[in-house]
Amino acid sequence: MKKEKTMKLSLPTDELMSSGHLACQGCAATLAMRYVLKALGQKTALCIPACCWSVIDGPFPYSSLDVPIFHCAFETAASSASGLKAGLEMVGDTETTVVAWAGDGGTFDIGIQALSGAAERNDDIIYICYDNEAYMNTGIQRSSATPLGAWTTTTPVKHFKNRPKKDIDAIMAAHRIPYQATANTSYPEDLYKKAKKAKDIKGTRFLHIYAPCPTGWKSRPEDSIKLGRMVVQNCIFPLYEVEDGEKYTLNIKPREKKPINDYFRLQGRFRHLKDEDLKLIQEEVDRNWERLLKKVEIGGQQP
Amino acid sequence: MKKVIMGNHALSWGAQLGRAQVIAAYPITPQTQVVELLSEMCASKTLDAKFIKVESEHSAMAACIAASIAGARTFTATSAQGLALMHELLHWASGGRNPVVMGNINRAMAPGWSIWTDQNDSLSQRDTGWIQFYCSSNQEVMDTVVQAFRVSEELMIPSMVILDAFALSHTYEVVDIPDQDKVDGYLPPFKPPVRLTPSDPHAFGGLTSPEHYFELRYKLQKDMEKVPDLVEETGREYEKLFGRYLGQVEDYRCDDAEIIFVTSGTAGYTARVGVDQLRQDGIKAGNLRIKMFRPFPFAKVREILPRAAKVAVVDRNISYGHHGVFYQEVKSALYGRDHDRPPVFGYITGLGGRDIMPETFKEMARMTLAKDKPEEDITWMGVKR
Ligand SMILES: Cc1ncc(C[n+]2csc(CCOP(=O)(O)OP(=O)(O)O)c2C)c(N)n1
Ligand code: SF4
Ligand SMILES: [Mg+2]
Repeated sequence: MKKEKTMKLSLPTDELMSSGHLACQGCAATLAMRYVLKALGQKTALCIPACCWSVIDGPFPYSSLDVPIFHCAFETAASSASGLKAGLEMVGDTETTVVAWAGDGGTFDIGIQALSGAAERNDDIIYICYDNEAYMNTGIQRSSATPLGAWTTTTPVKHFKNRPKKDIDAIMAAHRIPYQATANTSYPEDLYKKAKKAKDIKGTRFLHIYAPCPTGWKSRPEDSIKLGRMVVQNCIFPLYEVEDGEKYTLNIKPREKKPINDYFRLQGRFRHLKDEDLKLIQEEVDRNWERLLKKVEIGGQQP
Repeated sequence: MKKVIMGNHALSWGAQLGRAQVIAAYPITPQTQVVELLSEMCASKTLDAKFIKVESEHSAMAACIAASIAGARTFTATSAQGLALMHELLHWASGGRNPVVMGNINRAMAPGWSIWTDQNDSLSQRDTGWIQFYCSSNQEVMDTVVQAFRVSEELMIPSMVILDAFALSHTYEVVDIPDQDKVDGYLPPFKPPVRLTPSDPHAFGGLTSPEHYFELRYKLQKDMEKVPDLVEETGREYEKLFGRYLGQVEDYRCDDAEIIFVTSGTAGYTARVGVDQLRQDGIKAGNLRIKMFRPFPFAKVREILPRAAKVAVVDRNISYGHHGVFYQEVKSALYGRDHDRPPVFGYITGLGGRDIMPETFKEMARMTLAKDKPEEDITWMGVKR
């Protein structure tokens, strides 16, 4: 008898996001949403502030998602989610997972106060930041998530971003929330697992998802997945979890830490950088990586 | 049950009687006692509500809006700087048709820091699409909160219940607090026509093209225009149940008046004393207190003011570069009426909590009656030049 070969799928095939949305080609922010919804399921409600995703979803009266969305003000993802959760509970719905879904600008910058408030209160919401490292909706302006050295329309090449990316994950850890993790659309199983884990925990949960943006990064759409793998292998954006602000778990430790150059060379936003600039940036990446390893050593687990 | 309570607590009692389900608020002088009593009401479970102790007024309004979209009855309270911080979200609540009810204590805007009353904070929000009620007694504050839930939820437009800093917020008065079941009979549970739920997923407030946006705003205005009749109807119903009529305006001795003051807030209370004293002096004065400022009570104003030979509008606010706000609005309400349009005089008084006394009204009457028509655009009462 012929032995039948079966393919084992690592992610559920159910889709809560449909085609016909308005994202650019190669947009990882859309993948992030698709994977997260696979994990959270249909009993999910989203608060989406001004960001690319408020456009991606589609104009009134359309929506590309099969879950309800509250399109909220730019700086109110967290406070809206807190209110939505309270409101749903008061009308007898205790099951729905309430998610604040915001870009890096809405999280690191204008929405950080509301986020900090919700996290300190430990409101029962999942806050998800898809991080494309600039204000893309308004045409690629710098945010405090924009990495050192990057060009944006407000950090022109003659005056490129000269400050490092804000360490939002450390800020969130300082709030001692029950669960937080970094994730990446190039590691969908890991992302799925983290979203699922977050779903089953009570209190404020925070997912920080790295999301390549070909339009803003001046990269090729077909490189979005590649960039996502590189950024983990070169330790620029490590994948890790933190529980209660203390217990660090590193999910992937590259066998061999890759230099950052190849990653930078694939993106037009870094084209102006000279070798000596890259050297300085490499030093910054190394310092961050060492610091993270120490945190893992003190309060956590290595893979 | 009769209780001696402060104006701020009248707001809290109104929210409790209205069975608010989600409260999100941030403290600011002179509003703090509103949230303090609500915290106690929630903690002792006399009020079954979730109280989100947010980190700012901005988040307070954001949370109320989202809770309202989920189908919960929501309440908050603020004042001055806090109200200004909410500004973007005031548009959000009305534009999204979320019937949040909010108490606002009228406090002068900084700088310089002032905790005393004037109306520039709430009048700066007049075009945000909120219904605005200016109250003049603690009883009226409490009753109006209950009525505001009813009106707001029927038309899906948010309401602001407004009271003067200290003159009302911290003044103790006897308030008749009705029985909860009687209030329940007046105010049914909040049942919005649509609400956010995964069982019927929709996107609320998404990108709206010029093809649709215009109509959304038209509908908001059309529903705003229904407010006066609804206030009348629900105010009469309230009177039947509780013995207190809640209307758009309060006219006091206007029938045979030669001069009518137009007032609002606690000045509208003081005005009645001023009117009585003027009448003792042989001057037939009357007072039209505008309680509902948005929508503007055009019909009432047009019906009552032409009874007098002269009108004096008392503004505890100033629209810089224009006039007092009530003065502007009264003039616009009477515009184009050739026959029955008395001359309208505009007075600015009481900014930053400067007292408005019965004597102030006597003085304004004297000045108004001395002239055929106003000689200056606005007159600043008692200003040190
Ligand atoms: C109060 C306010 N200020 C500014 C804006 C304009 N604005 C809309 S989206 C946006 C940037 C969003 O950036 P981010 O959160 O990173 O999301 P992305 O567009 O990159 O997906 C800005 C500045 C706004 N909508 N509201
Ligand atoms: S600009 Fe970037 S984040 Fe926005 S839709 Fe396009 S690719 Fe996605
Ligand atoms: Mg961004």
